Amino acid sequence: MGRTLAEKVWDAHLVRAGQGAEPDLLYIDLHLVHEVTSPQAFDGLRLAGRPVRRPDLTIATEDHNVPTKDVDLPIADPVSRTQVETLRRNCAEFGVPLYPMNHAEQGIVHVVGPQLGLTQPGMTVVCGDSHTSTHGAFGSMAFGIGTSEVEHVLATQTLPLKRFKTMAININSADGTLRPGVTSKDVVLAVIAKIGTGGGQGYVLEYRGNVIENLSMEARMTVCNMSIEAGARAGMIAPDAITYDYLNGRDHAPKGAAWDEAVVAWEQLHTDDDATFDEEVTIDADTLTPFVTWGTNPGQGLPLSERVPDPQQIADENERIAAERALAYMGLEAGTPLREVPVDTVFVGSCTNGRIEDLRAAAEVIKGRKVADGVRMLVVPGSMRVRFQAEKEGLSDVFTAAGAEWRSAGCSMCLGMNPDQLAPGERSASTSNRNFEGRQGKGGRTHLVSPLVAAATAVRGTLSSPEDLD
Amino acid sequence: MEPFTAHTGIGVPLRRSNVDTDQIIPAVYLKRVTRTGFEDGLFSAWRQDEHFILNVEPFSRGSVLVAGPDFGTGSSREHAVWALMDYGFRVVISARFADIFRGNSGKGGLLTAQCAQDDVELLWKLLENEPGTEVTVDLAEKVISAKDLSMRFDVDDYVRWRLLEGLDDIGLTLRSADAIDEFEANRPARMPRTVTSASG
Repeated sequence: MGRTLAEKVWDAHLVRAGQGAEPDLLYIDLHLVHEVTSPQAFDGLRLAGRPVRRPDLTIATEDHNVPTKDVDLPIADPVSRTQVETLRRNCAEFGVPLYPMNHAEQGIVHVVGPQLGLTQPGMTVVCGDSHTSTHGAFGSMAFGIGTSEVEHVLATQTLPLKRFKTMAININSADGTLRPGVTSKDVVLAVIAKIGTGGGQGYVLEYRGNVIENLSMEARMTVCNMSIEAGARAGMIAPDAITYDYLNGRDHAPKGAAWDEAVVAWEQLHTDDDATFDEEVTIDADTLTPFVTWGTNPGQGLPLSERVPDPQQIADENERIAAERALAYMGLEAGTPLREVPVDTVFVGSCTNGRIEDLRAAAEVIKGRKVADGVRMLVVPGSMRVRFQAEKEGLSDVFTAAGAEWRSAGCSMCLGMNPDQLAPGERSASTSNRNFEGRQGKGGRTHLVSPLVAAATAVRGTLSSPEDLD
Repeated sequence: MEPFTAHTGIGVPLRRSNVDTDQIIPAVYLKRVTRTGFEDGLFSAWRQDEHFILNVEPFSRGSVLVAGPDFGTGSSREHAVWALMDYGFRVVISARFADIFRGNSGKGGLLTAQCAQDDVELLWKLLENEPGTEVTVDLAEKVISAKDLSMRFDVDDYVRWRLLEGLDDIGLTLRSADAIDEFEANRPARMPRTVTSASG
């Protein structure tokens, strides 16, 4: 019987098949490391006297804590500074390559790996970060792990894992394109709203269909990135010519004969026609319009054209209580048109939407326009490379001319571990991935949106799409 | 890791679904480089409300958390497990757990006991009507009991075995060192390396 893409990648990394209840032992091809989830793992190695087995399959960058302005100064917050310095010491001691602040390759770990060509089809990729699912856009099996597992991979380059179930997410439209103003962010928000924040638990998702086939690599990364918000540890897309074009010539991509050999191997990485998924979900992309979240989990989303929902109309008691709590936290009244919700801050960035295409899309909307009075707009490139590229293309000038702040690379306001935070009660339209209570700063209120909606919202000052602009 | 066979402690009803790891411990507490001392970050935003369950006696002394479905969603931060354990929790009972959180719990020695939402509702009612009721979670028998209630729970068999034995994963994996060596020797040379002067 045929196998799915996920099963093929899994089988190719089997060091030892588990017996009975025992998990399989999988080899890990690439381990990405950042400063937040690694210090206790390195400590564990030191205590046990263990080395890092494969520093040459491991790479570290500083992203979660780093400030995005005055980056040539020492980090002002002493606790953040200690964590970053601890990573530097650990990488030096264990021989792990590191891209520190101010390095031309520094950036968010999930932006750095792909742009260096380190993420390739058919690989297993892990990181102590749930958005590792991003890398599945290349047809790799990529998932987030906890700190104990980080230590495990550092020590053994393997992970004991139970096989995931498989779920196909079919996304099709009549002509394979998305309607104007609709992006891959809207697609994945619609997927999460459909299957729920727990719908993907225990599964690896495979995104398929003519819409997915026509997406760029960066747009595919946005989709796979948010698989975890549907509860799935990993999301995958079969590699194709778009994948190969993206990879060809990148620093760590194979060269010459090795490239040809790699492409032959990668072409096997698709779900066989006679393979079956444990679950299938279908989305008609012709019905999709720009999407925003109204609540405090990424499944609480609706088309921008809708109104804030009324909890009284939700039948399930727990769902109703959750919706009531969410509206109270978000300071929203049931029935308010989402387009009339005013924001204080617009954030463009993160591992979800901090790549060059995202910045181009936002710049296109805001070009020649102004950020609305009283609104603060932060544009934070996902990596230094993205930053330099945007500056070369004049995008940074477009943003600053509109009144937005142009920053240096990092996770920034996605989770507010650095100084970029919402104040209590402040409301944002954010291209990031989580609208949890307090995620962007204590008491902050987050609406997840695409880069297009973010830019239009900055101009009008209320949740908006580009078609709302004059 | 200490073996875990059974635990008895005060049950805490947390009537919320989708308790994400940002709520269990906000990012601001993740800047530490130590592995202990995270109890002050546990539910820190919610604990500012004096009526929050952990601010009410005797629940503040609880060690068995009974929560709504989809507990532990979001970030992979293992700090969420450390914060729960540092506070004193040994067991979380829920109808559904997020995958990464459940995995992290197993590593740290926190038991995630999965049972039907109807059973969670029964526990909630009991714990709310009779605050301070002790809940016993027997891992060997996979049974939760409290007063007259008795219900079965699910836990991954392998995780259960590891918890019962108190075994450490890395030690177990290193028993397969030969298999890892052999796998590694057969990897294609074209696979990317992060440094050009390869070691290992």
